This record gives sequence, structure tokens and C-alpha cells, in this order.
Amino acid sequence: MKATEREIPKLAVQEASKVYHTASGDLPALDRCSFDVAANEVVSIVGPSGCGKTTLLWSMSGLHGLSAGSVALDGKPITGPHPDIGIVFQEANLLPWRNLDANINFPFEIKGTRPDRSWVDHLLGRVGLDGFGKKYPRELSGGMQQRAAIVRALALKPSVLLMDEPFGALDSFTRDEMNRLVEEIWLDRPTTIVFITHSIEEAIFLSDRVLVLSPRPGRVAKEYRVPFPRPRSFEIMATKEVFDLTNAIKLEIVGGRVAKARAAAPAAAEGALP
Amino acid sequence: MSQGDAIPEFGKGKAGEGGEVSLTNLSAFSGGPGIKSGAEILAIVAVAAVIIGGGEFLLRWFQVPEYILPPPSKIAWALFDEFPFIAPHLGYTLVELLSGFAIGSVVGLLMAAVITQFPFAEKIVAPYILLLVTTPMLALVPLLILRFGFGYTPRIIAVALAAGPMVMINAATGFRRVDSAKIALARSYGASTLQIFWKIRAPMALPMILVGLMIGAIFGLLTAVGAEMVGGGFGLGNRLTSYSSMIQMPQFFAVVLLLSVLGILIYVIFFLIGKKWASWEA
Ligand SMILES: Nc1ncnc2c1ncn2[C@@H]1O[C@H](COP(=O)(O)OP(=O)(O)OP(=O)(O)O)[C@@H](O)[C@H]1O
Ligand SMILES: [Mg+2]
Repeated sequence: MKATEREIPKLAVQEASKVYHTASGDLPALDRCSFDVAANEVVSIVGPSGCGKTTLLWSMSGLHGLSAGSVALDGKPITGPHPDIGIVFQEANLLPWRNLDANINFPFEIKGTRPDRSWVDHLLGRVGLDGFGKKYPRELSGGMQQRAAIVRALALKPSVLLMDEPFGALDSFTRDEMNRLVEEIWLDRPTTIVFITHSIEEAIFLSDRVLVLSPRPGRVAKEYRVPFPRPRSFEIMATKEVFDLTNAIKLEIVGGRVAKARAAAPAAAEGALP
Repeated sequence: MSQGDAIPEFGKGKAGEGGEVSLTNLSAFSGGPGIKSGAEILAIVAVAAVIIGGGEFLLRWFQVPEYILPPPSKIAWALFDEFPFIAPHLGYTLVELLSGFAIGSVVGLLMAAVITQFPFAEKIVAPYILLLVTTPMLALVPLLILRFGFGYTPRIIAVALAAGPMVMINAATGFRRVDSAKIALARSYGASTLQIFWKIRAPMALPMILVGLMIGAIFGLLTAVGAEMVGGGFGLGNRLTSYSSMIQMPQFFAVVLLLSVLGILIYVIFFLIGKKWASWEA
């Protein structure tokens, strides 16, 4: 590899492995997972449930360490939470005892700085939440809560946005709406986005590339380019190309599961016979 | 607001809170006796009038002797008539309750906050906490009197000992309700342990802390009155023993009534605080 000749990627995940030490023994969640994300690229990660996607995202955000390997941002290894990385969690993860304004203000309170009011207002307008500042999370719909969470993550102007199944709990119409919103936000201010999802359709609509993780311990099994220009319409999503791509990814995920089941089957059969 | 939520449930912790000795759930703060209309007020007054009036009527009809149960009118009159004499005793009881409760809850809160940060320390002290919670502190009062005399001191200590563990055990349940996603959120912005405590753990624990304070205050009241009955010549508890020994039953029940009002007041105060500051739980 002539690494020096290549441009430094925005994010570089190299041979990332993670083993959880649990009471019932060691549990390998990630196994030598490697990939790069270019600046302002949108990469989705899909894979079977429990394959280590959240584990990977937490490592990339510096929320927990790796057992081996590394994650680098702009060529510098990540060792802890980084101000340039914004996270949108599964479920909105708003603080229920704070109203929307206070929730969006939370990161600034922690950092002891003041938010850029005009940017925050711009974001709130963008996601259609202006005038909701005094509302509490319980007074908002799931979609509105997740929009607020996106504003909170973007308020700090991160150059990287990590999103962990942010719309998994939403109905499919709201989800489409949110996908369009993410695209709009990206067009508005291009950001490097790593997006974890269970929805292949969502992954294709949003990303430049889709990475498929193998069943646990996760590693990158395959990668697909999504060559459509932005803004993408939902008509594109009905074309044959997208249909074929969707099927290919689906097969890859199911194939991985089947292979794993096959590998486990002989052992199980042996176990069944005394 | 459902009416069924108005009364806190005792002896039941929420599943998933680790099976701690949690004495109530949060229903005390979620709903509540919201009075909606004049008709409702009318109904409440009417029922009260029927109960009190009915009691008055039955006690007089069956000529129940006053030393068994005086009719409500006599109790009310005794409360009015004796009040100048009872009032200072009410003051003494309040002093014991407030200072003992303040000491107990501060210590209880601090211990809960510290202990839940160190799971190992928690394992070590847990049995002693349980001992403190389950031992009726009244039992120690004769000993405390022996050591500290008949003044305020033994009573305040007893109140603190009764209230503190209640506050602590509930607050600890609250502090233990870690939501790893919320803590991760704070950490992702580089929050310190202290910031995580004040901005995540403490607000999350607040509803349980308020429940703990309420139970602590009520246990404190019981203990204060009990301690006053054991010894020392002042306080509402002392009035109870003194009136009953002199068979002054209307006065005796007037004091009992006063104590009920105190207990209800404690409940209402914490209910209102919870409604204002912890209603996000609902
Ligand atoms: N803190 C932890 N301690 C021990 N094991 C863990 C921990 N976090 C996750 N795991 C385990 O590691 C594996 C990967 O978990 P992870 O949450 O990363 O999967 P995921 O791909 O995000 O799953 P999902 O699609 O359901 O969100 C799972 O088997 C999970 O049980
Ligand atoms: Mg996950």
C-alpha cells in the first residue's frame, strides 16, 4: 500500500476489533473491520441485528475504545469524544426534563460556550421546528423529537455526523420525510455522514456507499456504490437499478446469515446426538 | 389525570429498577387530586358533611361515652379552645421534625449520591442500610434519652435516623436509574463525571428523591411524636399521653386531628413540588 500517496481520508477505520468481556465469557463484537470514509461522503452501514453496528459507531465516536485496531479522524487517532463528531442516537435521546431550547442548548452548557443563535434558528427552520422551543419532548411526535435531536447534533457544526438507526422507530412515511430532510441538510452544508440502518431502501436513498457487515463478529463483508446524483427523488428509488441493488444487498445480508447458520449446523447436529 | 393515581402505592417498586427496597412508585406525582369543577367541590364537601354529621349523629344516638370516642363537634371545640395551649407544643414538634428531617435528608442524599457512584461500596453498606430502614428508630429513643437527656437532642437524632435511610434508599434507586444512552450523550460532548452527575443523574433521580423526601418526612413525623410520648415534657406526643392519662378525650383527638393535618400537609407539599419539578416523568 502506498498510503502516503493517497489523500488522508476523513475517517479511517483500520482492523477494528472489539471484544466485550461479559460474565458469561468473552464476546467478540467486531473482527478486523476496515474501511475509509472520504470527506463529505455519506456511507451507510447495514447488517443483521446484533452484528456490531452500534459497537462500531461508538468506537468511531470515541465513546468506547477498541480491543485492537484504530479509528482515525483526519489522520489522527480517536481516543475519546471529539468536538468535530456529532452523534444522533437511536431513539431521539432528548432529555425529558428539558424543553427543546434547553435540549439544543445542552451541548453548549457542557462545553461552557454559547450557541450560534442564527445557525440554530436556521436549523430549526430547516427541520420545521421553529416556534416549538418551549415544548417538552413528551409533547412532540417521534419524528419531531428526532428532528430536534438532529438539530442538537448539528448545532455544534460537526464535520462528521454519526447516526445510529436514527429513524428505526418511525413509521415509513415519517421515515421518508426524515430521509429527505437529511439529504436537504447535507446539500445545505455537506458533512461526512456515517449512517447505520436496518432499511436497505433508506441506505440506498441516502448514501454514496453502502457497507454490509457480516454477522457477529462484524467485519465489512461487501461494499456497494450508489451512483445516483443528488437531490435524489423517490422516483429513482423505483428504478430497476435500485431494485437490483436492493436485492443484491439483501442477498448479501441473508447469505451471510445462511453461511453462518451452515457453519454452526454440523456442530449443532453433533450436539443433538449423544 | 386519572383519579386512581391519586394515592401513592406503598410496598411496590417498579420492575426493572433492580428490585431495590423502593417504597412507592411515582404515581404520587403523575396524576393527583385535580379538582375540576364546582360540582366536584360540592360533592366532596357533601360527602365530608355526611361522614362528619353522620358520625356526630350516631355517636350521640348510641350515647357512646366521651372517653371512648367524642363526637366531632366536641373535638372541634376542644381544638379551638385548647389551641393556645397546644400551639407551643405544635411548635416544638415542628422544630424537631424540621431539624431532624433536614439533617437526615442531607446525609441520606449525600450517601445515596456517593454510594451509587461506587457499586462496590454499595455492596458493603447495603445490609446496614437495610438494617437502618427496617429498625423502628423509636426503639432507640429510651437509649438516646439516657444518653442525651430529655431535651430536643434525642428526638432530633431519632427523627434524622428515621428520615435519613428512607431518603437515602429512594434517592439511591433514583440515582441508579442510569440511562446509558443519556450518559453517552453527555460524554459525547466531553462532559465530566461531575457534569454527568448534575445534568443527567440528578434530574433523572429527582422524582425518586422527592418520593424519598416525602416518606422520610412522614416517618420523621411518626418518630418525633413517638419519641415525645416516651419522655420529656413537651411536644404533641407528650400532649397525647398527658390528655389520655387525664381522660380528656376531646383534647386528645384534637391533637390526633392536628397530626393528621400535618401528615396530609407533608404529602401535599411534596405532591406540589413533584408536579412542578418532576412532572416530565408522566
Ligand atoms: N456493553 C456490552 N457488553 C457486552 N456485550 C455487548 C455490549 N454491547 C453490545 N454487546 C453485544 O455485542 C454484540 C453487538 O452489539 P451491537 O449493539 O453493536 O449490535 P448492533 O449491530 O448495533 O445490533 P442492532 O442492529 O440490534 O442495533 C451483541 O451481541 C450485543 O449483545
Ligand atoms: Mg445497534
